[in-house]
Amino acid sequence: MPSLGNIRRSFAPWEDPAAKPYISFQNVTKRFGTFTAVENLSLNVYEREFFSLLGPSGCGKTTLLRMLAGFEEPTEGELYLDGQPLKGVPPHKRPVNMMFQSYALFPHMTVADNIAFGLKQDGMAKPERDERVAQMLKLVKLEQFAGRKPHQLSGGQRQRVALARSVAKRPKLLILDEPLGALDKKLREETQFELMDLQQELGLTFMIVTHDQEEAMTMSDRIAVMDKGVIVQTGTPAEIYEAPNSRYVADFIGSVNILEGKVTPAGEGRIVLDGPDGRITGAVRDGAPATGETAWFAIRPEKIEIGRTPPEGAVNRLEGEVWDIAYLGDMTIINVKLASGTVVQAATLNRFRLVEDPIGYEERVWLSFNPDSGVVLRS
Amino acid sequence: MTLLSAIRSRLVILIPYVWLLFFFLLPFMIVLRIALSDLEYGSPPYTPQFSLSDGWSGIWDKLSTLDFENFAFLVGDSLYINSYLSSLKIALISTLFTLAIGFPLAYGMARAPDRIRPTLLMLVILPFWTSFLIRVYAWIGILKQEGLLNQFLLWLGVIDTPLEILSTNTAVYIGIVYSYLPFMVLPIYSALDKMDESLVEAARDLGCTRIGAFWKVTARLAVPGVLAGCLLVFIPAVGEFVIPDLLGGSGTLMIGKTLWIEFFNNSDWTVASAIAIILLIVLVVPIVWFQNAQAKAAEAGK
Repeated sequence: MPSLGNIRRSFAPWEDPAAKPYISFQNVTKRFGTFTAVENLSLNVYEREFFSLLGPSGCGKTTLLRMLAGFEEPTEGELYLDGQPLKGVPPHKRPVNMMFQSYALFPHMTVADNIAFGLKQDGMAKPERDERVAQMLKLVKLEQFAGRKPHQLSGGQRQRVALARSVAKRPKLLILDEPLGALDKKLREETQFELMDLQQELGLTFMIVTHDQEEAMTMSDRIAVMDKGVIVQTGTPAEIYEAPNSRYVADFIGSVNILEGKVTPAGEGRIVLDGPDGRITGAVRDGAPATGETAWFAIRPEKIEIGRTPPEGAVNRLEGEVWDIAYLGDMTIINVKLASGTVVQAATLNRFRLVEDPIGYEERVWLSFNPDSGVVLRS
Repeated sequence: MTLLSAIRSRLVILIPYVWLLFFFLLPFMIVLRIALSDLEYGSPPYTPQFSLSDGWSGIWDKLSTLDFENFAFLVGDSLYINSYLSSLKIALISTLFTLAIGFPLAYGMARAPDRIRPTLLMLVILPFWTSFLIRVYAWIGILKQEGLLNQFLLWLGVIDTPLEILSTNTAVYIGIVYSYLPFMVLPIYSALDKMDESLVEAARDLGCTRIGAFWKVTARLAVPGVLAGCLLVFIPAVGEFVIPDLLGGSGTLMIGKTLWIEFFNNSDWTVASAIAIILLIVLVVPIVWFQNAQAKAAEAGK
């Protein structure tokens, strides 16, 4: 089977059965009263990995981080860091630092004092401490702001102070709770790359919580998609995007068209789905659904071809009427309404500045796609 | 239109100044003028009296009779100095006790679940709905020889003879701490309430123990509230009259009581006014210090 593009192919300790996990959640459950925030969750994260926990608010991702930092203890299950059980170890004794969503900068201290705070707790001598603070300020490009108080800084500067403070102690693991949540879009994109560079430079393990799928895709080696206290899928960004294991994951990451149907096997690892939108042939990756079972074919908009004439030789083709057109500059999104009433989204890349005869509203069009371009989902 | 709004905005600024002029500066000038006058048996019991019929030279002659005699008298008599010192001591000790009780109370309230916080706040404010005087009176019933407290302690078997609390300085301390506790709790509560709890977590994450994080972050950020609370208790406690009068004994020396005696028992308005002026000066020092501290805290940010 052709591989899903993994950008950092050289780094994949999770594929090595001999690799020792750095962080290990083993059947961890966390309850707050009657509410179960995390349910029987197991997860391994490896050294130097940039790992993202992705999910909607209230899915338990922050609780997971807080257990790692030591602010919450699991109700059941065990948590290991570098092979050592973390049960009962207070936050100040864990080789873990956290960057808080609110940044939690001490308002009564200057930028330099904020960064030096953890070093002072460790009893580091002043000359050494000053040198480390200067180094950290340089790392986040805030040298000339050392004497400022947090309220005299902009949001982006505060974010960088919080980052500098959390890496100043050279923790082996840095956990970040929505680190870019409070920044505007442009700054967020810049900072994503800065964070990745920083992680490479310091050789740290990063565990990050976010609800922004783009952020997770950009930065992570692996992503765990969470829902209601459980991990729905763990994988590289490409795996999560190209081979989601459920409609929930497919829908959470990027845009997707989901077409429903009853299963008939078609041989050669393919099945046919008969549904209200017509007959769709799809490739099965693992675990073919049984005949007569309801399944879903998930296909990304950019993998659908759109044209005015019925495509010759296409296995899957659907006819419909152009319902909406959204021009985004780099690409155009076209919503096509099928006879069944289902709206299918197709995206075309605008590779040429001038298009002779672009598809317009209310035109009859044909959509076509390859069986291998999408995935068959059973849940 | 713009002229009108300009005048209006000036007016808004003017109102507090007018208020201060009429309700602070003017009364102060009247008290100061009495303090500089001489005692005379009559009505009002001081001299000189100014009258428009005196003419310019008459007024000038009378003005020149004003002097600091009464202040010199106060400084010369150890009773007054002792009264001031005793008042300051009682107020200071009471303030420390109020802080010791008020801080944990405020801390507990600020960390209480959102659900019950309004109720707790209500309970702190509730005593204000009963007259201050009646509440202090109620303490007589609790503290007296055969009062509730002694009965309770006897019943428990902790003591076998009733404690003598009423008419001692201990009763005054109890009265002041009880009466002024809300003034300590509320500013500290407000300081702790607006504090981001993740600051404490950040401190613990960076290597502080629970106690270390409390001192370095929580206590540090509560300082403006603690200062405000201490002054709100200390300043009125120094001049307190009702509590030492009702709960204190003959040995309780407080400036408020001394002032009362001068004014009503001795009908010496001039000395009473001088006492009030000196009390004001004594209290201006901590107020100015507090304002400086607050300005610094504001500069330090939130």
